[in-house]
Amino acid sequence: MAEAEVNSYVVLGAALFMLLNSAAICVYAERRIASFIQNRIGPNRVGPLGLFQPLADVVKLLLKEDVTPVQGFRTIHTIAPMIPVVTALLTVAVIPFGDGIYVTDINAGVLYLLAAASLGVYGVTLAGWASNSKYSLLGGLRAAAQMVSYELPLGMALASVVIFVGSLSVVDVAVAQENWWFVFLNPLGAVIFIIAAFAESNRTPFDLVEAEQELVGGFHTEYSSMKFGMFFLAEYMHVVINSMLITTFFFGSYHLPFAGYWLPEMSTTAKAILDITVFTGKTAFFIFLFIWVRWTIPRFKFNQVMSLGWSRLLPLSILNFIVIAAILFAINA
Amino acid sequence: MESYIPIIVLLGIALVLALLLMSLSRLLGPFRPNTNKLNPYESGMDPVGQARERYSIGFYLVAMEFIIFDLEVVFLFPWAVKFTELGFGTFVAMVIFIIILFIGLFYTLKKGTIYFELKPSISNRT
Repeated sequence: MAEAEVNSYVVLGAALFMLLNSAAICVYAERRIASFIQNRIGPNRVGPLGLFQPLADVVKLLLKEDVTPVQGFRTIHTIAPMIPVVTALLTVAVIPFGDGIYVTDINAGVLYLLAAASLGVYGVTLAGWASNSKYSLLGGLRAAAQMVSYELPLGMALASVVIFVGSLSVVDVAVAQENWWFVFLNPLGAVIFIIAAFAESNRTPFDLVEAEQELVGGFHTEYSSMKFGMFFLAEYMHVVINSMLITTFFFGSYHLPFAGYWLPEMSTTAKAILDITVFTGKTAFFIFLFIWVRWTIPRFKFNQVMSLGWSRLLPLSILNFIVIAAILFAINA
Repeated sequence: MESYIPIIVLLGIALVLALLLMSLSRLLGPFRPNTNKLNPYESGMDPVGQARERYSIGFYLVAMEFIIFDLEVVFLFPWAVKFTELGFGTFVAMVIFIIILFIGLFYTLKKGTIYFELKPSISNRT
């Protein structure tokens, strides 16, 4: 591997550009797919097929007034929307997009991903707390409790992947799946990881953080203008990032199924194009899954979310981990 | 250490991008505050009191639980990387460690740490 060692800063620029664009495409896709599922037309006025709708939304958000509630904590109210955006952008650094196409390969990549993912909690919680609104406070508290609870099954599912690989580098995780995707070796871990990823990105059925019926807008009730836009941007970037992570850790990263057995040798350029196409295709499928689930499954109650996380997923993920460890130990020893 | 330099560059770009978006809306948007606009939104009612009041102790308990089990996950990672080379003794030790934490988890669950049910709960028992 690593023949196609592309300059990491080129990859960095391309990845950032694609990530920011994909958030915009995601907003458009969400609205079109939602209207398709609900037998409506959806946005179709701005540009051909309504494709410029996200652009129009951004311009509108930029031209709106930026309101900070009078008794709110002004500094934190301003900093809070930046945190989820920055942490979402940070995760892209360690994800491999193809054979040798990655920004950087650090030897603690999995831990870095977990750390960056858990920092996102601060943005939501501080936003809720700094607004001095009861709806925001409740939304922020729920967000903190929920995201913190689902981080444990997420971490355990990742640990059950690491045990196959024997390395914390994300590039090694991708390379190890050339023959067998981890979803075949560790299906329960994949299911747990997908559920936890949904909860981490605050998407339906876990979107109690912004449940309209009870909390108006949840933690972003008091946010307007581009400050709100940044929470919106961050939510969709988290959808994209989580789709990438599901792809990377369980669905073979940039490998086709069982690619090691049948894929012929090919030139570096052709392999790079194939890799990136496969990775993008899988990521797009999981983004579609996120949207599909949102418009199909209704929201849970808060007590259901918490008991699912603590008394179902956490013991299940720990058991999954220890059983896999025992089997691997028996095979190797 | 060299592999961490792109991450620092990325952090810089991300911060600049976030600040840029933030300041653009400040520059382009209007600024016409009034009392009604600056009050917290409570669905049209006049806001009563501050929002920073006491809230359910359940949230604190969840946070405390999280710290314990997150540390467990952090302990598991280094072992998971090299567990075959560490031999049978460490494997048994790790199983015992996880069993102890399992007992703790079920104890706290039975005690009602994450008790967000709407039935008469601890908070109603005055």
